[in-house]
Amino acid sequence: MGASLRELRQRRKSVTATKKITRAMELIASSRVMKAQQAAARALPYTRELNRAVSAVATYSRTDHPLTRPQTQDPRRVAVLFITSDRGMNGAYSSNVLKTVSQMRQRLDEQGVEMVRYGVGRKGIGFMTYRGLELAERWEGFSDSPTYDRAVDISDRLVEDFLRPYEEGGVDEIWVVYTRMESMLSQTPRARRILPLEVVEGVHEVNDEELLPLYEFEPSPEAVLDSLLPLYVRSRIWFYLLQSAAAQLAMQQKAMKSATDNAQALIESLTREANQARQAEITQEISEIVGGASALADLTKDDD
Amino acid sequence: MTVLQVEVVAAEGIAWQGDALSVVARTTEGDIGVLPNHEPLLASLVPCAAEVLTPDGNREVVVVDGGFISVAENRVSLLAQFARVAAEIDLKAAEHELAAAEKRLNAGEIDDETRHHYLRAQAQVKAARIAQGH
Repeated sequence: MGASLRELRQRRKSVTATKKITRAMELIASSRVMKAQQAAARALPYTRELNRAVSAVATYSRTDHPLTRPQTQDPRRVAVLFITSDRGMNGAYSSNVLKTVSQMRQRLDEQGVEMVRYGVGRKGIGFMTYRGLELAERWEGFSDSPTYDRAVDISDRLVEDFLRPYEEGGVDEIWVVYTRMESMLSQTPRARRILPLEVVEGVHEVNDEELLPLYEFEPSPEAVLDSLLPLYVRSRIWFYLLQSAAAQLAMQQKAMKSATDNAQALIESLTREANQARQAEITQEISEIVGGASALADLTKDDD
Repeated sequence: MTVLQVEVVAAEGIAWQGDALSVVARTTEGDIGVLPNHEPLLASLVPCAAEVLTPDGNREVVVVDGGFISVAENRVSLLAQFARVAAEIDLKAAEHELAAAEKRLNAGEIDDETRHHYLRAQAQVKAARIAQGH
């Protein structure tokens, strides 16, 4: 009985230590999620203006540019970039994204389309490597605080593969699976196509119903498109990275909050159990003493 | 009076915004001035110090690192991966950067990145000098 009491106390102590850690992580995440949300909000005007500019060129010029036209009606190889986290402790963040990726894969398999994966975040990379699934490229180490340079790295690689012909290993479409930060309470995984551009509905992130006027292009629509489109892809990826980072931190905060609550509940039940065990021990000791005393009393009576 | 609504937007956020009487920036074809009621335009920029004349007579200088200028219905937006208001530029640091970029160019590193770096540093120095009234 004594051993079980000690065990219970030990467990309570270790749960208390865990609770302290999860509580600290919750607080850290909640302060960082604010910053991440602000960063995402700051990047919005750039993305919005680029959307506007791309829509202008695509709508008001009859340019046939490799980046705007769908290369093939039915794609044969599709690139999927998925954004997961580097570390765990954020609930279903990474697994939601990976689930969306495998749903996409199923759909593509049915259509007989090959899928090439590009991974961001150690969790997703680990998931794929463990299952022996090939990754065309991987980036890690910045999932909760992405920088613009990283977005440039990623998008340059994707655009390069996109521009390469299919026969040389190029891809026909580029999709991104990221987590959208709807609010502090809800974050949902999304799959979005970034190339070829869906220019008409390319402004879905901002509600802009204004009609765009006829534009004059300098030096020429082609030259403007040439330099505009890589920037557009970068800004999209940058935007997705920021959204995902904010969502990741929000989910971490939520996960750590429930971990703290659970630890608290566990501590309470362990305390009760420990008290019960202590009480049982005392009761047993008393009954042993009483029993012993009466046995002794019986013995001395028999001697008389 | 018609004024232009100007926004200078960088990837990291809005660098400057406000009303203006005119905007001067340098496109790949040369300097361009935009006055109110300008026709819709979309042009590529080279790294330069764009000048914005505000209605109260101030001249704001903003450095942009290439990008685009788009004009539509008296809304002007300058879009660049990097943009900074001249008043926030440290002239000494910018001159230092320019010297370093020049050295690399002279050492024969004539690739696009170095050139871009050089032009950007040059634009920053120019903007900082204008802002300080040289």
